[in-house]
Amino acid sequence: MQTQLADFIKDTPEGREADAILRTCVHCGFCTATCPTYQLLGDELDGPRGRIYLIKQVLEGGPVTERTRLHLDRCLTCRSCETTCPSGVKYHRLLDIGRQVVEENVPRGGLEALTRLALKEVLPRPWLFNPAVAVGKVLKPFLPSALGDKIPEAAGAPAKPRPTAVRQRKVLALAGCVQPGLAPNINAAAARVLDRLGIQMIEEEKAGCCGALRFHLNAQEAALDDMRRNIDAWWPHVEAGAEAILMTASGCGAHVKEYGLLLKDDPLYAAKAARIADLTQDAAELVMAQKDALLPLLAHRPAAGRKVAFHSPCTLQHGQKIRGVVEELLEAAGFTLTPVADSHLCCGSAGTYSILQPVLSKQLRDNKLSALTAGLPEVIATANIGCLTHLQSGLGSPSSRPSIAGVRHWIELLEDQLTAPETDSAAGTVA
Amino acid sequence: MGDRLPDSPDFATDRAALLAGLGRILPASRLYGELEDLKPYECDGLTAYRNLPLAVALPETEAEVQSILKFCSANQVPVVPRGAATGLSGGAMPHHQGLLLSLAKFKKILKVNPVARTALVQPGVRNLAVSEAAAPYNLYYAPDPSSQIACTIGGNVSENSGGVHCLKYGLTVHNVLQVRGYTMEGEPVTIGSAGLDAAGLDLLAVMNGSEGMLTVITEVLVKLTPKPQVAKVVLAYFDSVTKAGNAVADVIAAGIIPAGLEMMDKAATHAVEPYVQAGYDLEAEAVLLCESDGTPEEVEEEIAAMRAVLEKSGATSLRVSANEAERLRFWAGRKAAFPAVGRITPDYLCMDGTIPRKNLAKMLLAIADMEKKYGLRCANVFHAGDGNLHPLIMYDANQPGELERATAFGAEILELSVALGGSITGEHGVGVEKITQMCAQFTPEELALFHGLKAAFDPAGLLNPGKAVPTPARCREYRQIRGEQA
Ligand SMILES: Cc1cc2nc3c(=O)[nH]c(=O)nc-3n(C[C@H](O)[C@H](O)[C@H](O)COP(=O)(O)OP(=O)(O)OC[C@H]3O[C@@H](n4cnc5c(N)ncnc54)[C@H](O)[C@@H]3O)c2cc1C
Ligand code: SF4
Ligand code: SF4
Repeated sequence: MQTQLADFIKDTPEGREADAILRTCVHCGFCTATCPTYQLLGDELDGPRGRIYLIKQVLEGGPVTERTRLHLDRCLTCRSCETTCPSGVKYHRLLDIGRQVVEENVPRGGLEALTRLALKEVLPRPWLFNPAVAVGKVLKPFLPSALGDKIPEAAGAPAKPRPTAVRQRKVLALAGCVQPGLAPNINAAAARVLDRLGIQMIEEEKAGCCGALRFHLNAQEAALDDMRRNIDAWWPHVEAGAEAILMTASGCGAHVKEYGLLLKDDPLYAAKAARIADLTQDAAELVMAQKDALLPLLAHRPAAGRKVAFHSPCTLQHGQKIRGVVEELLEAAGFTLTPVADSHLCCGSAGTYSILQPVLSKQLRDNKLSALTAGLPEVIATANIGCLTHLQSGLGSPSSRPSIAGVRHWIELLEDQLTAPETDSAAGTVA
Repeated sequence: MGDRLPDSPDFATDRAALLAGLGRILPASRLYGELEDLKPYECDGLTAYRNLPLAVALPETEAEVQSILKFCSANQVPVVPRGAATGLSGGAMPHHQGLLLSLAKFKKILKVNPVARTALVQPGVRNLAVSEAAAPYNLYYAPDPSSQIACTIGGNVSENSGGVHCLKYGLTVHNVLQVRGYTMEGEPVTIGSAGLDAAGLDLLAVMNGSEGMLTVITEVLVKLTPKPQVAKVVLAYFDSVTKAGNAVADVIAAGIIPAGLEMMDKAATHAVEPYVQAGYDLEAEAVLLCESDGTPEEVEEEIAAMRAVLEKSGATSLRVSANEAERLRFWAGRKAAFPAVGRITPDYLCMDGTIPRKNLAKMLLAIADMEKKYGLRCANVFHAGDGNLHPLIMYDANQPGELERATAFGAEILELSVALGGSITGEHGVGVEKITQMCAQFTPEELALFHGLKAAFDPAGLLNPGKAVPTPARCREYRQIRGEQA
């Protein structure tokens, strides 16, 4: 596409990056077909090609008001458009750059600014967030339902005991910001699975939020600080030979894998950031790499045959381009996957989107739940805490959907299978 | 360049009055009049031609469409319908004194009838979505433009779109039974019928390819086709594009009608391979994709016949798809070819000439010479089976003069197409892009007939004015310049 960036940005690193991205877009419109918001709204301005055009205008010095911001706000950053784009347009980077400029030009006021501030400051801090959820839960019955719906349930099962064995092979794991409070069993399950594979999982306490939360709320400087803090916290372990940095939330994984890119202009951190990004693996990649060790452990397990619907988070399938891996592991563990239509579409969770864009988010969630439950699964599995709590909130109380056991992280299901009592014959099914 | 519509008369539309009038029909969230919102609507898939509309309307119901048309008709406001804006000839490029009418919100599949093998759909339904909805009945919608993931049925009818499987299954016109819509004056019209033939003139054929100039389409009844039991595709590689071109003619001359017969040259395979990872041979100068479908026995027999011909025509190696996933991957590469070229060039012009198959090799050689003459690269992707060329002329819009050179390059290809006994468009329509070349293709008398047909539907000339059919003045000028050059 023809471009003519304005002087204020033309010669900056962001300007050059944005220009290169804009010029790869040939305006073919393929991406609109798989964009969740274009599917719902049918408006060029609410699809990737239109948003690219809106950002182009902003960077070319055109008028920018709440009108442009509205359509950029509605973007889920799900990156489905990137998967579809034959020309390789790096949409999410362009969006990051565009949003920052728009944010500077069109400041937010009142309640909106306050909500965003609260999200930016509370969510990344477990010591603030966990008590907040606890308070919210106590008050929930007394809150108006619109507000009560926003308070996530502690979605997960209680955490199983962590293994205590000290092992030669070690991986670092990110605890995450909201996950320990909401679903503490996820990382416990990961540690137990790895332990069976002869790997010790360590969580470094000094590491915190991966930075994605603030980055996508346009607090990009604060986010870079989150990232530097994590690098400092992890570095001694990296030097001591940790094999990988494990992510059990695909949202965090997608972001940490970009540390190298995001800090490339920071002379102090660029090299370390690139190394951290290189070492980062989603749980699916890490476990799949140990498949040879895993399969014998599963061989004598009862063929569970439990029907599972897998929701692949956008940050897994589009962000990290990991497709079919979790599915293969679940099948290897004896689960039966039910078909899920439109599996490329976002569930509407998208970080803080469910709070900032409740109407669209709820529509997407309801569509996603219909697709997930169409094959009558016994349980829904996913790979990201945000999707997990969001989908869980749409399932309603167990009594309203007694046939579905809830939404779980796939690693918990795998761990359940590993610890299920052994049987000699596949016939003796244990539920 | 060419941003405005020189073949359109002038209209004295007042934006404020237009917005006020439409504001009584649509809520503010579905009506745009600010520059910021209008800009992303300024062009379709042909970004070289852009024009800002005065307003954009996004109706959701037929009643809204009708009211909008009545208002615009009463106030002499030109209207340009728009589907997914994947068009490659500027058909949905807005009118600077008019309204852009998006039909993208009309995306309901109203009915799939597996017994009659039809689907009743709204115009904004995506081509691929029709096939997806028909899949549970083992049926599909046969015309498959490469843009099928995104383009709409309304756009397909308006452009009479073709696709890689149209050699055997026909273009849009062969697969549409009935079209319903509104004239510019807001009068409902139904053309065609659910039956195979209807009394009276066959106006349905006229609707296909009407480029948004006759009616605004609000409902389409399409034919569905049973899925073949088996389909396999042969990849045949060649060490020269001319050999590949001749092989196409040989396949057809041997009495074979492949389900699809497509060609990509080296530049094209290099662009798409990183995206699809289909495993194309990147050393070969050209690849032909030749498909057979039917019962397992038919397919086996036909593939053997195809192999024999292709080997005799000098294919350096052949590869048959091993399974359905591989077959789809081989086609995915072909279907993504245009945008994938975006990986190797910032901009391209996609031409659409059609020539008799026997002249394919001659045309390819001429294009190679033109690359040198204009100093621009060209990737070649063809619906080879029906002689429909899609040379992709690569240029950089940021470099002064390159677009002009690319346009001249394209014009030369189109004129050669006509000289070789072909036509300036196979399936992408004329739009604004090829309007001058219409003067080369048709006589003044023929063009007068087109204007007459248009006037029968739209006497005031308000629906997509200035597109597809040139004014006599433009053609006189064109002939004068040509005459001087000759
Ligand atoms: C990468 C790529 C590959 C392509 N491959 C092919 C191919 O293989 N074969 C092919 O034939 N084309 C192809 N095309 C061209 C294009 O996709 C087709 O012309 C398609 O039919 C356009 O559909 P659309 O919905 O995008 O229509 P638009 O571009 O929005 O509009 C096209 C024309 O139809 C009119 N129109 C749209 N909707 C209506 C309606 N409801 N009522 C009245 N008029 C309407 C518009 O005014 C305009 O004149 C390709 C395009 C791209 C970008
Ligand atoms: S698919 Fe890619 S090249 Fe095509 S419009 Fe979308 S971003 Fe641009
Ligand atoms: S990131 Fe998702 S929501 Fe945003 S434009 Fe791309 S596909 Fe649409």
